[in-house]
Amino acid sequence: MPAYRPPRIAASEITPERFFLDRRSFLAAAGGLVLGGASVAHAAALKPSTSPYKVDETLTPEKDVTSYNNFYEFGTGKGDPAANSQAFKPTPWTVKVDGLVGKPREFGLEELLAFPLEERPYRMRCVEAWSMVIPWVGFPLASLLDKVEPLGSAKYIAFETVVRPEEMPGQSGYFQPLPWPYREGLRLDEARHPLTILAVGLYGKTLPNQNGAPIRLVVPWKYGFKGIKSIVRISLTETAPPCTWNLAAPDEYGFYANVNPAVDHPRWSQATENRIGEGGFFGSNRRDTLPFNGYADDVAGLYAGMDLRVNF
Amino acid sequence: MMTLVPALPKRFHGPSVWALYALGFIPAAWAFYLGATGQLPGNAVKEFEHLLGLWALRFLVATLTVTPLRDLFDLNWLRYRRALGLLAFYYVLMHFLAYMLLDQMLRVPAILADIARRPFITIGMAALLMLIPLALTSNNLSIRKLGPRWNKLHRLVYVIAAAGALHFSMAVKVVGPEQMLYIALVALLLTWRAVRTPFLRWKRQRTAVVRSRPATQKAAG
Repeated sequence: MPAYRPPRIAASEITPERFFLDRRSFLAAAGGLVLGGASVAHAAALKPSTSPYKVDETLTPEKDVTSYNNFYEFGTGKGDPAANSQAFKPTPWTVKVDGLVGKPREFGLEELLAFPLEERPYRMRCVEAWSMVIPWVGFPLASLLDKVEPLGSAKYIAFETVVRPEEMPGQSGYFQPLPWPYREGLRLDEARHPLTILAVGLYGKTLPNQNGAPIRLVVPWKYGFKGIKSIVRISLTETAPPCTWNLAAPDEYGFYANVNPAVDHPRWSQATENRIGEGGFFGSNRRDTLPFNGYADDVAGLYAGMDLRVNF
Repeated sequence: MMTLVPALPKRFHGPSVWALYALGFIPAAWAFYLGATGQLPGNAVKEFEHLLGLWALRFLVATLTVTPLRDLFDLNWLRYRRALGLLAFYYVLMHFLAYMLLDQMLRVPAILADIARRPFITIGMAALLMLIPLALTSNNLSIRKLGPRWNKLHRLVYVIAAAGALHFSMAVKVVGPEQMLYIALVALLLTWRAVRTPFLRWKRQRTAVVRSRPATQKAAG
């Protein structure tokens, strides 16, 4: 297990003021969430504690984080998810956890929101060579796994996105870009890594539909497409599970999909990235991409001895 | 056959071509204005690049539509073809300049690596290079000087249009309706070139038959 890096500065110094919300307003918001319906369509406030993880870079403006998205269930354009996800109902919601676990069960959204929530500002690197810095709110996936007691035979974890053609326009009609449900997977040690979280919010509020409401995976050292959205099922398996993009184009999207500037995508270089919301039209917003998206100290040990050009 | 639109008075022919140039540059100017004032969403430079490329493809399709319109509907818009073709060239050039200057910030090694290693960029670059001789020989002097060779040279536009549609399709992760539309349009327009010779022969024969009939019959028919 790699070392868990201790906090470099006091939590109180990095928690933005807006997160010091009145406990009562949080409870009211959470109440609204549980009661469901219309109130959730508008983001409800969450009250995360700060986490030992931080980034030294400027956060990407919230309007970019919530308007420039890849979520093909709502369309393939970057603006489609924000434009086409209004009818999506993230409540009520349950996540089924099954497979090689001692205690398979379903988690209701209220249970998921009851996990101790942390703010995790992470870099997000898309395989299309753009990036953001997003203040996620979530909890370690490992805490959820502890509750279902994975069996010794479990080596991998599989995730599935909801299928609701009536609410997700990309899942109906003649031009469906991918086969549904969207699937993703991790090795179990990757899933249990403290950096790997299930996010339920961003910028101190519940996730907007276009960002994967009500719950999504965030694995900051991997390309964004590994961060499966609107999860309804998590299964522990013995063999590597099928992953949507990997199946669609195995030479372009590997199972691991670790951010790696040295391994190009066949159609674009991964050496640099465009930071969304920075630089403007004439200034350069292009920066060098870091191995494991800058999280090499934390996660490189997971891949010791592996050829990352082969296991890309 | 009847013409579909009323003929433009001859004195407006010249000005209408200049109006087309002026109109043709509006999408680029508008996109540049939006980008420079921070009004293009998300990745502004990529969006600008994409819009220029899309309009280049549109002008290429428009250029290739002039001939079938004349063949099928007797609509003679030949006077606009040079402007449409040159607009396509200028848009491809601006598309490349936006990539080189705004996107890559003149990182020459990265640009060369992209051109060499990414098939869709190689194809796009080849299309730009092929457009250069066509743009250079688009003047009346070249047409006169090159004679029949001019026609032969300018058939390169078929390859360029196919390359453009391919470039667009290969640049995206999933080929969607928009890419399919351009592939279909280019395929249709190129197929027309293959079948137009027999069609024109048939059309000429039919016209000849109609003309040879007595006037009364013609009126009745």
